[in-house]
Amino acid sequence: MTTAELLADDPIWLILIKVVGIFAFLVVMTLFMINWERKVVARMQQRPGPNRVGPNGWLQSLADGLKLAFKEDIRPVLADKWVFFLAPVISCIPAFVAFSVIPIGGEVSIFGERTALQLVDLPVGVLVVLACSSVGVYGIVLSGWASGSPYPLLGALRSAAQVISYEIAMGLSIVGVVMFSHSMSTSDIVKAQGNLWFVVLLFPSFAIYVISMVGETNRAPFDLPEAESELVGGFHTEYSSLKFALFFLAEYVNMVTVSALASTLFLGGYQTPFGLGSLWSGFDNGWFGLVWFVAKTLFFLFVFIWLRGTLPRMRYDQFMRLGWKVLVPISLVWIVAVALVRALNNSGEFSQQQFLIILGVVLGVLVLLSLLLPDRKVEEDPNAVPITGGGFPVPPLDLEVPKAPTRRTPVVANLPKEPVAVTASKEASDGDV
Amino acid sequence: MLQPYLPLVFMFLLAGAFALFSVTAAPYIGPRRYNRAKLDAYECGIEPSPAPIVGGGRMPVAYYLTAMLFILFDIEMVFLYPFAVSADKLGLFGLVEIALFVATVGFAYAYVWRRGGLDWN
Repeated sequence: MTTAELLADDPIWLILIKVVGIFAFLVVMTLFMINWERKVVARMQQRPGPNRVGPNGWLQSLADGLKLAFKEDIRPVLADKWVFFLAPVISCIPAFVAFSVIPIGGEVSIFGERTALQLVDLPVGVLVVLACSSVGVYGIVLSGWASGSPYPLLGALRSAAQVISYEIAMGLSIVGVVMFSHSMSTSDIVKAQGNLWFVVLLFPSFAIYVISMVGETNRAPFDLPEAESELVGGFHTEYSSLKFALFFLAEYVNMVTVSALASTLFLGGYQTPFGLGSLWSGFDNGWFGLVWFVAKTLFFLFVFIWLRGTLPRMRYDQFMRLGWKVLVPISLVWIVAVALVRALNNSGEFSQQQFLIILGVVLGVLVLLSLLLPDRKVEEDPNAVPITGGGFPVPPLDLEVPKAPTRRTPVVANLPKEPVAVTASKEASDGDV
Repeated sequence: MLQPYLPLVFMFLLAGAFALFSVTAAPYIGPRRYNRAKLDAYECGIEPSPAPIVGGGRMPVAYYLTAMLFILFDIEMVFLYPFAVSADKLGLFGLVEIALFVATVGFAYAYVWRRGGLDWN
């Protein structure tokens, strides 16, 4: 009985339980993840991190969330009213919907009803995740555009360009997996990894997926849309209170979703790792699958934190170059190579597993070697600023101070005469803003 | 036929209800103490730049190019999926076809690269 058939006769009450359960799981994971991230990054930076609220500080993010709800909700005068209002909703919904296709456990029985621990199993499962992440971009772009402020607009454009650029690499890395599982349904992909995980078989795909999932979720070292030193807070600069909380929630739910998809596609999803199933058959129980699944997902979430604690932020042109000029061609070549290997294997000449693993190693060595290639030689510029022995550039001695540009006169556009509840005396005492 | 998609609709409704409730409730739960500076565009405390962004605002054209390239490659990616699902059934024919397809796209890709469409300055 396939998972899809198993899920098809779910009664409504069971579907509702699963929906609420997955929703709660994602919210709890978000709260946990924020705290965990702060704690782990703190450990990496030799400081204690949050340790006041609740046992060992584990309720800190819950307290922060409650605090956000009681903060002032601000809509700037230049903002587009309805789009500003709807953008957090648009970015929040697909984040949750994307997770529903992920198989989080094996076959179980809930109140006597046989079912699988998965909300839906669609023949196009993987595409649903990709589609949802594309729709999530709308929330980002619209929020930046509707804020009526330059920083959010630039942040939103950067963010959108980044997400769509890395989505191509991500989609291409999944093609290899689909070629082996003969199906885009997520549960079939998990079942196809019964003998050997795809991380071994398709290591280049795995590497490309992991890199692009970090780019896709705008996380460090690819968190350019939120580069504080350049763009303040990125697309949600003008948002406050619960609207900001929704963006934050969507970002973390997206992280959980891509991590869950990574463990589904490459680490065998809910399956028992390292042949432990032969030790005790209870490990293969459907509910135990939930434990394995969460453990694998937490591994990827840890990788997110680890990267953030380790790597500096990339420059935007470097980042786009990595996406378009490195990841895309490598995945295209890899797809053709995988197709070739499968065709050769079907003609019965090679063992494709050996072949693919060798190919993966060769490709990895090639990539490593390419990192050792010297950069292109840059022409000496005679007018360049000389660099002293200390390595710091110093201005030339005959430096001319450039003329100061004329100051732009501010134009106050469409401001209402008197904003809502302003007290004239307060404004006067604060000085003219 | 669309019955398998029903749970997705439930999830959509729950997430939508939660999000809509949050954005609607936000102004009523929190305090409301506005002043002019608070309602201005946030630019680290300086006077906001004069050009209104909404409507007459302009943005760098490079982003449009990225969007167009994305559509191109996204469609290519979507074409690869049906091939991947039935790669074994198609056999050698499928292999030759997909190699030709990737070569065609690769040609366009090389052209864009050569014309500097992938550079970011």
